[in-house]
Amino acid sequence: MIDIACIYMVWLRDVIRYFREKSQFYGSMTRPVLWLFILGLGLRGGYQQVGNVNYTQFIFPGIVAMTSIFTSIQSAISIIWDREFGFLKEILVAPVPRTSIVIGKGFAGTTLSLIQGCIVLLLAPLVKVKLLLVNILPLLIVMAIMSFALTGIGIVIAARMTSFQGFGTIMNFVIMPMWFLSGALFPMKGIPWWLNILVRINPLTYGVDLVRRLVLGFSFYPLWFDFGFLIIFSIITTAAAVYFFNRGEY
Amino acid sequence: MNLELNTAPVIEASELTKDFKGFVAVDHISFSVETGEIFGFLGPNGAGKTTTVRMLCTLTKPSSGRAKVAGCDILREENRVRRAIGIIFQDPSLDDRLTARENLRFHALIYKVPKSELKVRIERALEWMELSSRSDTIVRNFSGGMKRRLEIARALLHTPRVLFLDEPTLGLDPQTRNRIWERLLELRQEHNMTLFLTTHYMDEAEYCDRIAIIDHGKIIALDTPANLKAQMKGDQVFLSTADNQRAVIEIEERYGIKAQSDRDKVWFQVPNGALFVPKLVRDLSVPVLSVSVRQPTLDDVFLKLTGREIRDEEASGQEKLKGTLRRMGRAWR
Repeated sequence: MIDIACIYMVWLRDVIRYFREKSQFYGSMTRPVLWLFILGLGLRGGYQQVGNVNYTQFIFPGIVAMTSIFTSIQSAISIIWDREFGFLKEILVAPVPRTSIVIGKGFAGTTLSLIQGCIVLLLAPLVKVKLLLVNILPLLIVMAIMSFALTGIGIVIAARMTSFQGFGTIMNFVIMPMWFLSGALFPMKGIPWWLNILVRINPLTYGVDLVRRLVLGFSFYPLWFDFGFLIIFSIITTAAAVYFFNRGEY
Repeated sequence: MNLELNTAPVIEASELTKDFKGFVAVDHISFSVETGEIFGFLGPNGAGKTTTVRMLCTLTKPSSGRAKVAGCDILREENRVRRAIGIIFQDPSLDDRLTARENLRFHALIYKVPKSELKVRIERALEWMELSSRSDTIVRNFSGGMKRRLEIARALLHTPRVLFLDEPTLGLDPQTRNRIWERLLELRQEHNMTLFLTTHYMDEAEYCDRIAIIDHGKIIALDTPANLKAQMKGDQVFLSTADNQRAVIEIEERYGIKAQSDRDKVWFQVPNGALFVPKLVRDLSVPVLSVSVRQPTLDDVFLKLTGREIRDEEASGQEKLKGTLRRMGRAWR
């Protein structure tokens, strides 16, 4: 099941590719900046204050979460590229357990997502959010768990999707709704009941809530509840990723 | 024990079948390959060659039948099979964003090449495939032939007992093909490695010790190239005339030779074509436009066995064009 060399190889490959592909890096950096400053400043006026933070500050944890979602899922979806360009065969025909390939991909997605997330955290002073030094490590742990779980979702999608054509659909039906419904963009007060349900069943809500607790110092749900939900979520997605990746014919 | 290993076939397939939801790609094929043999699967595209290779390499599960590779069952001992084989896929399988050396290193990592040997083996592989000077170049910038050589170098890093090559020289220029073949023959010589290849190039098939001709998922002939050609009993004569159908009838009436024809040519076999043709041209009542005589090739064996030319069913238009041009160059001009 666990093949360290294989996990290391799959991880290292993605990391090398990430640092080699500069355009991808810049592209992924502009997204959070756009959201944070354009959306954040634009909607500032119509926002009912929660706690003692303004709107730009309020969505800051959500932007961190968004970076995790996009980076992890994109990283996992590279499996589809590998299938299209043939490299996947090279790994699949090797004497390595497929579970280890999934774990390697999970670690790679997590690593890249953490790197991207940290860059967004560096923007904190620009929106006048003060990060406490003691919160940095817990924050990284939360982001890592969240990214690992999301990479799992990406692997499930990649294992089920046979071509790259469906990517836009996935973006529209999975990634965007997950992010919009995570409570990252608007306060939960006064939203319709059905929207409330959707937000509450979205696992990402609790990840965002944890990030919010660590970044802004307040949250909507109890700590144990957030954390428990996130752990269960990541166990489920990892299991699903292993299951679907093992089952797929390539 | 050792003796037994050496005498047992290194690949044994019995009744191997793959059914893709009603389309039978491989239909109950059985064969065995000896250690050190170069064994070729020859057939048109879509004949089931690649599917067979994929099953033997544990990438596709057979619908029924069994096979053993290097003494291990392809279904129950997947990982042991995988350790014993190297494979060069028909389509590229390199990571083209990595350098040649990185590709090799990653391969060595997942195949557990001992750390102490890692560097030496990679250097040797690069040198052997004449890629040393380009070892730190990103693979994307390689030519088709260089990529192919790198794939071969990679497949050999873990010293497999059986090397599978699925259309190893497809789309490469003749010079590169020859170079690759020199290397492959060396491998057999020095390491007694078994090569299992699929091809639809006849000249490539000639390198094989034995050939299985496969069509519509079935093996329709299996023998050495020499024996297969010996079946043909004589030279192949191709001609095109003003009225091909008339020519077929006349040839049959006059000489008792059964000729075949399609839209643009007539063909038949005679023991000595060079002596026969002048007589034929004199005797026929329809004008003869062109004639060619050649020794039987595996092409002809295929044509005789299936009634079709091997390139008739080619998928890619460009390949088809190339094939046609090559054929015209050889036979008609």
